[in-house]
Amino acid sequence: MGTKGRCLVSSRKDPDVPKTGQSGLSRRGFMQGIGVGSGALGAGILENEAQAAPPPGGFSGPAAVPITLRINGKSTNLTVEPRVTLVDALRNHLDMTGAKKVCDRATCGACTVIMSGKVVYACSVLAIDAQGKDIQTIEGIGSGNKPHPVSVAFVHNDAQQCGYCTPGFVMAAKGFLDRNPNPTFEQVEKGLGGNLCRCGTYVGVRQAVLEAAKEMKGGKNA
Amino acid sequence: MKWFDYECPRTVEAAVGLLSAPGRKVRALAGGTDLLVQLRAGRREADLVVDIKEIGELNELRLDSSGLTIGAAVPCYRIYNDPAICRAYPGLIDAVSLIGGTQIQGRASLGGNLANAAPSADAVPILIALGAQCLIAGPGGPRSLPVEDFCVAPGRNALAPGELLVSIHLAPPLPGSGAAYLRFIPRNEMDIAVVGAGASVVLKGNVFAAARIALASVAPVPLFVADAGDSLIGKPVDEASINAAAEIARAAAKPITDMRGTAEYRRHLCGVMTRRAIARAIARGKETN
Repeated sequence: MGTKGRCLVSSRKDPDVPKTGQSGLSRRGFMQGIGVGSGALGAGILENEAQAAPPPGGFSGPAAVPITLRINGKSTNLTVEPRVTLVDALRNHLDMTGAKKVCDRATCGACTVIMSGKVVYACSVLAIDAQGKDIQTIEGIGSGNKPHPVSVAFVHNDAQQCGYCTPGFVMAAKGFLDRNPNPTFEQVEKGLGGNLCRCGTYVGVRQAVLEAAKEMKGGKNA
Repeated sequence: MKWFDYECPRTVEAAVGLLSAPGRKVRALAGGTDLLVQLRAGRREADLVVDIKEIGELNELRLDSSGLTIGAAVPCYRIYNDPAICRAYPGLIDAVSLIGGTQIQGRASLGGNLANAAPSADAVPILIALGAQCLIAGPGGPRSLPVEDFCVAPGRNALAPGELLVSIHLAPPLPGSGAAYLRFIPRNEMDIAVVGAGASVVLKGNVFAAARIALASVAPVPLFVADAGDSLIGKPVDEASINAAAEIARAAAKPITDMRGTAEYRRHLCGVMTRRAIARAIARGKETN
């Protein structure tokens, strides 16, 4: 179907992707099961410990290449084409769907993750270019039982409505607070300028960030 | 996004070799905040993407007696996080701290903002006003180019096939010099300039010794209005001089009407923004006099 038969085949159907079983039943896993006839295939989980990343400076592509990403403190091997963005790698290859793909053009902030200590749009970083960086996603900063103080503050302050922008906002807020532990309201406004909320929850978000700042004083839970 | 090969060279020579690859559509990748969006939208094409972030010269950020050298892959945040650069080039800091939001500034490079050659590029008017020089490597050897000659059409720059923007160089600030960049947008953040104005001045007492003015979003390329700056030279630092220069800038603008504003509105804004940029540059110049 495509040029030279390359790369128009989605990596999700790549024979290299092992058909790892998925433990438990998530909404996404279930939907994927409907979509591709196998709940396991779509998960595409390749969470082996790091082995051999391609040497930096080498030639890669356009077919899928093995890469290693360090996500939430854990090295993960996966096989992606060079054109695959970090948000697609997270969502489609690693089943980490916290970072949302909304505008897919570096504008809305729903895909925000923290990379090497800086907030970035995962839609405008190539996965292959994210190698060697420490990547922190919403999945890595807390859990349902022990949410991050920023997440708690979002709940306290009604800082979400439909919730789709929320993971990006929480990551942007965490990245901001890591650098500005004692911010003013105006600094919060500017610091979160790269995230959009169509529901208009900005007032709640800003209050949440100020509350989280108080909560996180002294570096606890940082 | 269409498929592409990806390479990550370590040297300028290797990058130039890749960029010169015959018969290939090659694009240099720094932060990717423009390029990846354009590749996805089909606005640019590439079958080879050359990641230039591992090349030493392109990551150089050096302030010394010869001025400021900014490697083409240096992201905005590194520039505004350097207190010495903030003190020496506050006009440049105006621009690099309002390109996109925090997420963009952590990745997007000054060189990329220039090489993308958008008429609205926020960093370009202030680079023109500051008299920046581009250092370019290529198959025919290195060359340098004044930044006002770098953008040649919307989305097109002066780089020949195989050429690579290596760095941008600014001369050391003179005593009495000040510069500023201002942008008009209807939102607070994350928007494209309706009009942007960059101005730099050198003051000797109450007289302009030198001045340069450039505008964003009012012509097919970032617009250097040499006459506006020249009109200030030798004139007293007062409202009449500023208004005269702003009128020249307003008259030089060739804006279009689009969703962000009508041509007429933009021409009016050119006068307003130029006046304000000059005034802010003067205030900064007085601090260093």
